[in-house]
Amino acid sequence: MSKKVLMKGNEVIAEAAIQAGCKAFFGYPITPQNEIPEYMSAHIERRNGIFVQAESEVAAINMCYGAAATGARVMTSSSSPGMALKQEGISYMSGADLPVLMVNVSRCGPGLGGILPAQGDYFMATRGGGNGDYRTPVFAPAYIQECSDLVFHSFDIAEKYRTPVMILLDGMLGQMMEPVEIRPTPPIEADKSWVVDGNTDKRPPNIVNSLSLLGDVLEQQNLIRFEKYAEIERTECMVENTVKDGDEIAVVAYGVPARIVSNAIEELSAEGIRAGLIRPITLWPFPYDVFQNLPASVKHVLVAELSMGQMVEDVKLGVNGKYPVHFYGRCGGMVFDPSEIADKVREIIKGHTPAEPVPRNGKPSDRCTKHTKGGAQ
Amino acid sequence: MVFSGFGGQGILVLGEVVATIAMKKGKHVTWIPSYGAEMRGGTANCAVIISDRVIGSPMVQSDIDILCAMNKPSVDKFLPKVKDGGLVLVNSSIVKDDFSAICEKVNVLEIDATNIAVEIGNPRVANMVMLAGFIKKTGLFTLENITEVLYERFGGARSKDLIPLNVKAIERGLE
Repeated sequence: MSKKVLMKGNEVIAEAAIQAGCKAFFGYPITPQNEIPEYMSAHIERRNGIFVQAESEVAAINMCYGAAATGARVMTSSSSPGMALKQEGISYMSGADLPVLMVNVSRCGPGLGGILPAQGDYFMATRGGGNGDYRTPVFAPAYIQECSDLVFHSFDIAEKYRTPVMILLDGMLGQMMEPVEIRPTPPIEADKSWVVDGNTDKRPPNIVNSLSLLGDVLEQQNLIRFEKYAEIERTECMVENTVKDGDEIAVVAYGVPARIVSNAIEELSAEGIRAGLIRPITLWPFPYDVFQNLPASVKHVLVAELSMGQMVEDVKLGVNGKYPVHFYGRCGGMVFDPSEIADKVREIIKGHTPAEPVPRNGKPSDRCTKHTKGGAQ
Repeated sequence: MVFSGFGGQGILVLGEVVATIAMKKGKHVTWIPSYGAEMRGGTANCAVIISDRVIGSPMVQSDIDILCAMNKPSVDKFLPKVKDGGLVLVNSSIVKDDFSAICEKVNVLEIDATNIAVEIGNPRVANMVMLAGFIKKTGLFTLENITEVLYERFGGARSKDLIPLNVKAIERGLE
């Protein structure tokens, strides 16, 4: 008998976090991630953890700061505008080298936007909206099984490198159900000598803060932190790459849209157009190297996102002028279907526009033309 | 396949039961709801994909194989997206459309679901009457498969007394 159960992405994340040893969850309600705090409120206290519905997102992230300083596994979740409110706390926790798991089940924006799925938070997640020099490892699952597996992995990464870590998904993945087997992995043995857990004069007191008024001291702290980031870039990058010799075009997408792209690739292969998928699983560190090691048959790169084009900038950095980089995107909660991607690929490969231009309503197609024109960037 | 109706008709649960049975049979499945500011009396739908292979897009935007429509707005919204030769299950207690014009393109099965459900005691089991039509027409699984899932999913103290009524609804639907 299979151990698989049918669960929502949001619930899987919450359950996996509890099984990963999450001891404290702080959050504030917002659609489409409400099942995470809902599940936490129902389950974590019975399993030796605490749940607090904070008075705001800002309060929740700062509760994470305090709890993480004790060395416990700590988590918060929100959706786009709520995650925007947490940016100050993320910067502070980065400055204080605190491990915490943050989950952004994103919706469409800017502003309050809408509750439908979108990927317009790529910049906020990978560049950060807080002040100062810091980076945040960002994981982007596309399957519910991957949501579960990445929760265990993210807690380990957060503790190993003493850094906030983000899991970024869209409302589709949070709301949908798929069979999943939650597969706990034992937590890594992380160094906890820095924690603030009640000193009994056996050691000098530990202080966790991000304030450092002496220039040379702060510079040194930043340099050490960036050695850590360099190590993450070297060793923690994750990507699914199905581009094979003979493929003419590599399509880059992350999260659920990558699954839509895989349907388009199948549709195209039936008519002899060969395309492969590059699906970054870590958005930072971004798998730049993949684009320098593509088979010689590849002539184009297409980026498909549910945004006006954000990851396309990272792809261009990776491609570094080697191929023309094209873009196709929908936003506002509209989700492209496989035929739209297939049409865009046909247009690029055959150099012609399909008889009935998709997407509908004309608007995104104008944009696509603009992006296509540029050729090699 | 798409399950659609008023919020409160048990549409999302219906899709979940079908998806769970398929999962237990070793299939790949996805279930995705139209989430949003929905409430009882509003519209609700979910898309379920069952496949022998890893599922790409979980969205069902066209080429629907099976549509289970429990109210009029669902028929209007999804019937044009059903592929030729597809199956359409309609709750004819509420939907009074004449389907004779499209019978050549798609197979339409009209089920007096809400009335049957009221007859046996609770209009809220209309979804199970629809499910009976689903298994009768597709032969994808049996009453026993459904009963097992219902006991697993709703076997808690508060809801288990309602299961026999649900099973009765399916049995009536199968007649």
